[in-house]
Amino acid sequence: MSGRDFFSVERWWSVVRKEFLQLRRDRITFAMIVAIPLMQLTLFGYAINSDPKHLLTGVLVEDHTEFTRSFVAGMKASSYFDIVEELPNEEAGRAALARGRLQFVVTIPPDFSRRLLRGERPALLLEADATDPSATGNAIEAALELPQSVAAKDLVGPLAALAGGSPPFEVRLHSLYNPEGITAYFIVPGLMGVILSMTLVLMTGLAITRERERGTMENLLAMPLTPLEVMSGKMIPYIFIGLIQVSIILVAASAMFHVPFEGSLLTFYCAALFFIAGNLAVGISLSSLAQNQLQAMQLTMFYFLPNILLSGFMFPFQGMPAWARVIGEVLPLTHFHRLMRGIMLKGNGWSDLWTDVWPIGLFIVVVMFVALRFYRRTLD
Amino acid sequence: MSAAAAPVIEVHGLNKSFGDKHVVIDLALQVQPGEIFGFLGPNGSGKTTSIRMLCGLLTPDSGSGTCLGYDILKQSGEIKRNVGYMTQRFSFWDDLSIRENLDFVARVYQMPRRQEAVERALEHLGLAGRAEQLAGQLSGGWKQRLALSACMLHQPRLLLLDEPTAGVDPTARRDFWEELHRLAALGISVLVSTHYMDEAERCHKLAFIAYGRLLVQGTAAEVVESQHLSTWSIHGERLAELSEQLHGQPGVDQTVVFGGALHVTGRDAAALQESVQRAARAAGLAAQPIDTGIEDVFIHLMNESGAAQRLRAE
Repeated sequence: MSGRDFFSVERWWSVVRKEFLQLRRDRITFAMIVAIPLMQLTLFGYAINSDPKHLLTGVLVEDHTEFTRSFVAGMKASSYFDIVEELPNEEAGRAALARGRLQFVVTIPPDFSRRLLRGERPALLLEADATDPSATGNAIEAALELPQSVAAKDLVGPLAALAGGSPPFEVRLHSLYNPEGITAYFIVPGLMGVILSMTLVLMTGLAITRERERGTMENLLAMPLTPLEVMSGKMIPYIFIGLIQVSIILVAASAMFHVPFEGSLLTFYCAALFFIAGNLAVGISLSSLAQNQLQAMQLTMFYFLPNILLSGFMFPFQGMPAWARVIGEVLPLTHFHRLMRGIMLKGNGWSDLWTDVWPIGLFIVVVMFVALRFYRRTLD
Repeated sequence: MSAAAAPVIEVHGLNKSFGDKHVVIDLALQVQPGEIFGFLGPNGSGKTTSIRMLCGLLTPDSGSGTCLGYDILKQSGEIKRNVGYMTQRFSFWDDLSIRENLDFVARVYQMPRRQEAVERALEHLGLAGRAEQLAGQLSGGWKQRLALSACMLHQPRLLLLDEPTAGVDPTARRDFWEELHRLAALGISVLVSTHYMDEAERCHKLAFIAYGRLLVQGTAAEVVESQHLSTWSIHGERLAELSEQLHGQPGVDQTVVFGGALHVTGRDAAALQESVQRAARAAGLAAQPIDTGIEDVFIHLMNESGAAQRLRAE
C-alpha cells in the first residue's frame, strides 16, 4: 500500500466536512452539547456542593448581654444563618438537629459575658448537622470568623485592650454526623471529566453504528476511504464539541460555584484536549465493536460505570482497595481529575502534571489500535 | 471497442457462505466493455452478494477473478476508485443536501475541478434548482437518480447497479434505462441486477441466477434458444380454469396467464401440441404456436431450479 492509499488529507477532510454538516442539522445532539454540561453541573453541583445561605438555626442563649446580642446579630448579618428558634435547653437543640429541623444550634453559656470581660477567652458552642458537609461548610467558616469582627465592633474604649491580638472569645465547632468534609472545589473540577466522558463517548459511540443502521455504511465502504480517514474524520467535530463543553463548565464553575482557577489557561486547555481525544478514541472503538446503536449505548454505559465509581469522583481514591485503584489508574478520567484539581486549585504546571499526562497518552494509542483493528473494511 | 478488448469483469469459481447458508455457488461471469449485462433472479438468489464480491465489499470464500483488470481479492482499493456501485437501498445521506452529497463524493474521489463536476451533475439531473434540498426529502425516483449520478460522478468505467429500479414508477424506470443505454454508448460497462422481466429484454446480455447458482447466460436470443422450449398461446375468456386443466398434462411444463392470453410452455414440442390443442378444442378456443419469450424462459427456469433445490434439500 502506498502512502496515498493509507491516508489522504483530502479524503479525510471530506469526512470531516460531512460530519460537521450532519451535526449542524442534528438539533438534539446540538442541544445536548450545551444542555448536558449545564444541567449536570447544576444538578450535581448544587446537590453535592453548594453554598446555601439562610440555614435554619436555633439559639440557646443563657446570657443576655450586649455581646451576645451582637454575636447573634453578626450571625444573621452573614446571611448564612436564619435564627428561627429560641431553644429552652440543650436537649431540645439536639433533638431538632437529629430530626433535621435545624441545621445549626448556637449555645451561649450563662457566664459568657463575664468571662469575656475578665479576658478568659470563653467559648461559644456551634453545633452543626454536617451530614451534608458541603452544605454547611461555608456557614461554619463564616461563624468561625465572627469573633474577630464582633470584637472589633463592640470592644471599644476601655475594653479595646481585649480586642488586640488573639480573639477575645472563640467559637467552638462541633460537627455532628460527618466530621470530615469534602469541599466544593473538589467536586466541580471532577464533574468536568465526568460530563466530558458521558457526552463524548456516547456521541462518538453512535457515529459509526449510525451509518451502519441507516445503510450508508455500505456506501462509505464502497468508496476509496481508509479506516483511519473515516475514524479520525469522524472524531474532529467532537473535539470542538468537547472544547465548547469544557469552556461552558469552566465559566459555570467560576460563576456558580466560585471555584478558583490558579493555573494557566493554556495548560488547562491542553490537558482537556488530551482527555477529549482519549474519550473520542474510546467512543469510536466502541462504535466499531458494536453492531447497532443500542449496543453502542450499552457499551458506553459499561465503560461509564467504572469511570464514575473508580476514578476518585465518587469515592476518595486512596480509600479504595488496591484492585480498584489499579483499574482506576488505567482510566483517563482518574488522571484527568488529578490534572484538573492540580491546574485549577493548585496552579500546577507541566512538570507536576506529567505523571498524569502520559497514562492518558498511552491509553489513546492502545484504544485507537483496537478501534482500527476491529473496524470492518467489508460487510463480511 | 474491439472484440479483442479484455473483459471488464471476469470471475470464476466464486463461492460465498454465511454460516451454513451457501449463498453463491461457483459463480463464473464475463462482462465485455460497453455491455449492459442484466443480472436476473428471484429475491434471495445471491445477486446482491455476487455484486458485493465484485466490488470488494465482501470477500469470496474461494474463487478468483478480475474487475477492470484488478484482482478482486487483492486490489479492492483500485476497484473502488474505478467502479461506480449503486446499492439496493438508498445509501446516501438523508441529512445532507443534494449538493452536499455530490460534493462529498467528489471530495472522496479527489476529483480535480470538483465544483464543476458537481454543477454538471446537478444540471444533468435537472436538480440544479433544488440543490439545497435535503436528500431525505426526495421521492423514490429522484433518490434513485441522485444515487446514479453520485456513483457516476467520478466517471467510473464500470457501473454495478443493484436493483436500481426497485420501487420506482414506470416512467422513471424508462428514463433510467435510456440513461443506461446512453452511458453504454459512451463505452461504460454496466452490470445491473433486476427482477423486472421487461428490463431483461433491454440488456445486451443476461445471466439468470437462482439459489446461488448461475443457470444460464448469453444474449436474450441465446438464452431463449438454449432452453429448447415451445410455447403456445390461447386467447379467450376463463383462462384460469383452462390453465388449471392443463396443469400436469403430458408435455405441459408451465402455464402463465397474461391478461387475455394463456401461455403454455414445455420442452416436449409434440406432446405439448397435442395437449394444448385438445384442451383448446374442448373449451372452444383457438390456440397457436408463438415464439417463446424471455419471460416464459425465466419462469421455466425459476420453477425448475425451485424443484431442483427442493430435491437437493431432501
